Parts: sequence; C-alpha cells; structure tokens
Amino acid sequence: MLVISQVSKLYGDAAALAPTDLQVPGGETLVLIGPSGCGKSTLLRLIAGLIQPDSGSITFEGTRLSTENILQIRQRMGYVIQEGGLFPHLTVRDNVTVMACYLRRDASWIDCRLNELAQLVRLPEEMMSRFPAELSGGQRQRVSLMRALMLDPDLLLLDEPLGALDPMIRYELQQELKTIFAQLGKTVIMVTHDIAEAAFFGHTLVLMREGRIVQAGSFKELAQTPAEPFVEQFITAQREPMAQLVEALR
Amino acid sequence: MKAKQGIGVMLLGFFALLVYPVVSAEEPVSITVGSKGFTESVILGEMLSHLTRQTGIESRHQRQLGGTSVLWNALLSGEIDAYPEYTGTLLQEIMVKENLQTEVELKQALTARGLRMTSPLGFNNTYAIGMKAELAERFKLHTISDLKKHPELVLGFGNEFMDRADGWPGLQQGYQLPQQNVRGLDHDLAYRGIESGTLHVTDLYTTDAEIAYYKLRALEDDLNYFPVYNAVILYRADVEQRAPEVAAMFKRLAGRIDAPTMSRMNAQVKLNGEAESAVAAGFLKQALNLDVDYQIQTAWQRFWQHTGEHLVLVGISLSAAILFAVPLGILAARRERLGPIVLGVVAIIQTIPSLALFVFMIPLLGIGGPPAIMALFLYSLLPIVRNTYAGLKDIPPAIIESAQALGLPSRARLRIVELPLATRAILAGIKTSAVINVGTAALSALIGAGGYGQPILTGIRLDDTGLILQGAIPAAALALLVQGLFELIERGLLPKGLRIQTSAVKSAS
Repeated sequence: MLVISQVSKLYGDAAALAPTDLQVPGGETLVLIGPSGCGKSTLLRLIAGLIQPDSGSITFEGTRLSTENILQIRQRMGYVIQEGGLFPHLTVRDNVTVMACYLRRDASWIDCRLNELAQLVRLPEEMMSRFPAELSGGQRQRVSLMRALMLDPDLLLLDEPLGALDPMIRYELQQELKTIFAQLGKTVIMVTHDIAEAAFFGHTLVLMREGRIVQAGSFKELAQTPAEPFVEQFITAQREPMAQLVEALR
Repeated sequence: MKAKQGIGVMLLGFFALLVYPVVSAEEPVSITVGSKGFTESVILGEMLSHLTRQTGIESRHQRQLGGTSVLWNALLSGEIDAYPEYTGTLLQEIMVKENLQTEVELKQALTARGLRMTSPLGFNNTYAIGMKAELAERFKLHTISDLKKHPELVLGFGNEFMDRADGWPGLQQGYQLPQQNVRGLDHDLAYRGIESGTLHVTDLYTTDAEIAYYKLRALEDDLNYFPVYNAVILYRADVEQRAPEVAAMFKRLAGRIDAPTMSRMNAQVKLNGEAESAVAAGFLKQALNLDVDYQIQTAWQRFWQHTGEHLVLVGISLSAAILFAVPLGILAARRERLGPIVLGVVAIIQTIPSLALFVFMIPLLGIGGPPAIMALFLYSLLPIVRNTYAGLKDIPPAIIESAQALGLPSRARLRIVELPLATRAILAGIKTSAVINVGTAALSALIGAGGYGQPILTGIRLDDTGLILQGAIPAAALALLVQGLFELIERGLLPKGLRIQTSAVKSAS
C-alpha cells in the first residue's frame, strides 16, 4: 500500500529524519511512536506531501509521490491533526464537505455521505450547522475525522488526534475510534507519544528516536525483545508510574 | 508569473484611465485659465475667464494653484492656456539664470518657449513705501525723496524687508534717508502701528487692499529703486491659432488696470467679502464696457460641487487602491522574497511629502484630477497592503496545513480559507486608507483638483475661518461616513463563524 524508501529530511543542518525505509501493508493500523522531536510527525507530514523529502521516495499504491500528483493523491488520504485544524469561518457541514463541493460532487451524494459519517462518529444532526467555536474539543475531533473520511480515502493519517483532549473524553474517543477503524477496514497511520494508546490501536508499533526507526513490531515484540535498551526504557518510563499506583492501592 | 502579468495589465489600464481625459480634452476649443494662491491673481484669472467666454468659447478657471512653479509648468505643458504673472517674477525668479535685462529680451525668451506675453496691464505690484494719506498731506510728501526733509519720522518695516539687501539697507543708501528711529516688526503689526500713530512709515505691496482700508498713500519711487513687477498676461502661442479672438481679448486689458484700481478690487474681495467673479465683471463693465454674464454660485452650489469633486477623487483613488493593494498584499504574503521588497517600496511612497508628489506628477499627468487621483492612490496603498499581508500571515499554520492536506489547490485555498480568515484585517486596512484618503484629498486643491480643499485654501487666503470650516467640517464628516460605510460592509462580509466567541476560536485553532 505504502512504501517508504530511503526517505530523509533535513531542517537546516539537523537531520529531522535519517534515510528511512518503511512498508505499510493495506488494512493495518500502524502507530509511529517516540519522544518529542524523534521525527514521527515529520515522517507523517512527508507521507501527506506537506513537506518534500531531501532524498528517497514514497510510493502510494504504486504511484510515486511528486509535487505534480500530490493534490490528486491527497484526495485519497484523510488527515487529522492534534487540534482538528477546522476552519473557524465554516460550519461543521461546510468544514466536512468543503473538498467534495470544490470537486463538484453530486449534492445528494454529499448529503448522503454527510449523514453516514455523522452517524459513524455519533454527532447529532443539529451540530451540522454549528461553527467550530461552538463545539467541545471532543466534538471538534469527531468533525475533523468526518472531514478526513468524506472522500472515502484509502489511507487515514492521524497526528496525535487525541493529544489535546482531557483524559475522560480521550478514553471514550479511543474506544470509538478503534471501533470505527475496525468497521472501515482502512489503512491507518497514527502518531502518538503515549505507549498505552499505541498498544491499544496498533497492529504494528514503530518506535523512533532522533530521526531513525529503533524498532518496528507488535507491542508484545517491543516489550519482550527490545532491539536496544532505549526501547525498554521508553516502555517502562510510561508504565512505571502506573505500576507504582497499582502497588500503593494494595 | 501569472500574478505579475495580471498586476502589469491592471497598472496599464489604470494609467490609461488617468491619461485618457487629458488627451481627449484637446478636442473642442476651450481655454483653461490658471491663477496663483492670492486674491489679486484670482481676480485677474476671473477676468481672463470672463473675457474668453465673451467670445463664445468655453472657459475653465483653475483657481489658486499651489505656487509659481505649478502654474509655469502647467502653462508649458499646455495644461493651462493662460495665467496672470509679473515681469519681476519672470526675470528674477523663473528665468533668473538667463540674466535678461529688457522687456524685448524677455519677450524673445518667452517666444522660444512657445509662450506670449501681453503688454503690461498698467500696475506695478512691487514693494512700496507708504504712510497715512492724511499725514503725507500734512507734510506734503509725494515721493520717497521727500522723506529726506523729515528725519523725525518713525519707520517700521516687516522683518523680511528689514533683512533683505534690496530692502531697507539698500533703500536707505539709495535715497540717503536720514531717519534713525527704524524698527523691524511683524508686517500685520506694522499696519496697526500706522493706524495708532506710533509708526509713520512702512513697507507695502503696491496693490495691497490694506492701502485703501487704512487710508494710506504709497510714496512714488522717484529713483526707480524697487524692481518692476508689472502685471502681464502670459498665454500659450497656440492660443493665437486656436482662438485668435481670445488672444485679442486678453490684449485689451493692457494698460487698463492702474494700481489704485487693482488695490480697490483687492479690497472689495478681501475686506468687503465680494466674490472675485463679481469684482472682475464689474471692472470689465466699467473699463471695457463689456456685459459679462456670470454666475456666482450659492454656498449650497459650491458645497455640492466640492462634495462631488471630493467624492470622485476619493472614490476612484480608493477603489483603484483596493483593487491593486489587496492582490499586492497577497503576493507579498505568498512570495517569501518579494514580500519585504513590496512592503518596503509601498512604505517609501508613503514618506514622500504630498506637495512634492503632486509636483512630480505634473509633467506626467498635468494638473487637476488625474495627478491628484494618482497621488491619493499611491498614499492609500500602504495600509491595505500591510494589513492584507499581516492578515494572511497571521492565519494559524494548522489551518493552512489542514487546507493543504485536503488537497485544495493554492488558489482555492486562498479563496475558500485564507481570504475569509483575513477579512477583518483587510477591512481594517481599507478603513485606515479611506480616512487618510479623505483627509489628503483636501490637499488636491493645490493642483486644481477642487474638493473640500478649495474652500479651505480660499479661507486661508482671505483669513476667513467660516470658509475654512466649510471645507474642514464636511471633510471630517465624509471621513466618518466612509468609515461607517466600511463598518457596514464588514458586517455583511465578515464570516459568521468569526463573529462568535473570538476567544473560543483562538483556542480551537
């Protein structure tokens, strides 16, 4: 589905991403994880074509990404960012349908698709005419997901989609998102820094550090056969406080 | 590249629009008269205008233009066909480098430039030495030489006259005047000193209205000490082909206006508040037995005319500025390298003083509306360009990125997302421009474009606060009105989503 080959990116003199290879099979959920500045967001933005690689190539379903074809290919990718990136001057309906309207899709098809997606993300009908400023953080992310799914893309890219939400809503939305992914059977690439979230969603976890991939595999593989001490450290760093809490409750 | 071409075409179109009326104005025969910014010149200009109309030819009077150089250049370029001038000014100011001595040499120099000059009109508006007529009568004083016999007289001169080499120091030497009690003071205060009797003698301009008002006598310059400032009519040589009857009419004024007559006419306007047009017509009736049809506009007619002129100046220049500056701001925001250059150039334009900009424009666009509109257009650019630039640059990167990620092409992104989000900033820039534009448009009267600046200039000339307010108050009201208009437009244009809970929008983006 997606083949990344020897892709690298420099910001000034600093390598944001060292030459990297990665293959994403269709229908799978792949999670990019690592500490801040490890290059996980850079990799996602390269896949979306928002930035251009300094070397290497990205091939999406057999087509190599280039500045000429990226606008076409983006219609087959949905993209959700941390705080939604909704257009504040447009209603929920217009935010979701803006690209379909631009492409002059049939109006009844648009209506139909909008209803379908509203049901999928469980947003009530009356929300459709509201503006982003009138929505809660969780609702905004649902709208953002609707917008990403509008044109029924083959690949869904999510950059810390739940990062700005408070823990309760985050938990609720995690459950829902997983159900939605399972329902749709789409290829998903998600960026997070939270190991529990990564383990919860990902068939494959790709742990990154300082612009390179440290280890790729299931959570079980990472936990049981860490490729480097860093893998173990990263997992324990997030698990330990919780373990201590559990201990204290006994 | 496309954007650059588009701007090029727009610029061309805009210049074509400006030049068009200048070119087409040549078609029917009509004579344009100019005058300088003081009362005497305006009265003479009105006379020329009346005389032209007397022959059945259309005439326009560009009143009180901003100074000798504006009139001289306008005459050379054919923007005006005639204006009243003084031989002294021609010899000692305009063509001083040629060191001309006689009237014949002066006429030759004018002919070489395609200009003609009438014979002197009959008065010499130069410096004069004057005193109360009553006092002069008592001492039997008629000439400046007569002053020698009365060393006890107290002399008071304007500061400029005191300091100039050809003022008091030269005069004292030339006439061997014996007076010891001589002081320099403000010119207006000198008149009061004369009136109260603390001063006996002062300097005047020969045709000052105050001469009659304060009942002064100008002593004859019997040694011809002061240079001659004979009033003449300058006109373009082509007037003799285009409208020979008009040139003949101008010549009829030669030798007909003596100093007391001119002085009286100045007083009628300056002291009695009569209209220049009426005073000029009265003179033509009396001296040449011409019945002149003239209309004196009522205050309301003048008001509507100035309002119309002001609205045209503001309307065209501001619309052109909006059409030009918004794309320029977009270009600046989108091209990293071009941005600072565009903003820099537009800012530099803003620092050019308006009178200087007007004078630059005269060779290109003449006088009147076109150069004024061009200057106003240039002054209106900065706030709009800057605010458009800032409005687009201030859009949170997450929103731009989301629009990109959807696959919207650059232009659609601009139209659907970026411009609506920058609306508030762009409109704020337009509002600033509009207010500056309405204010600056008042200066356009200096190059004959009319508008509310016209009553303001006249009011300054006649020292008439009421007249100044007739221009200043409507200009202020118009500024508020235009601002209110854009306030309304903003209400219609600003997307609804941006009007609710601005703080919430910020946290959401």
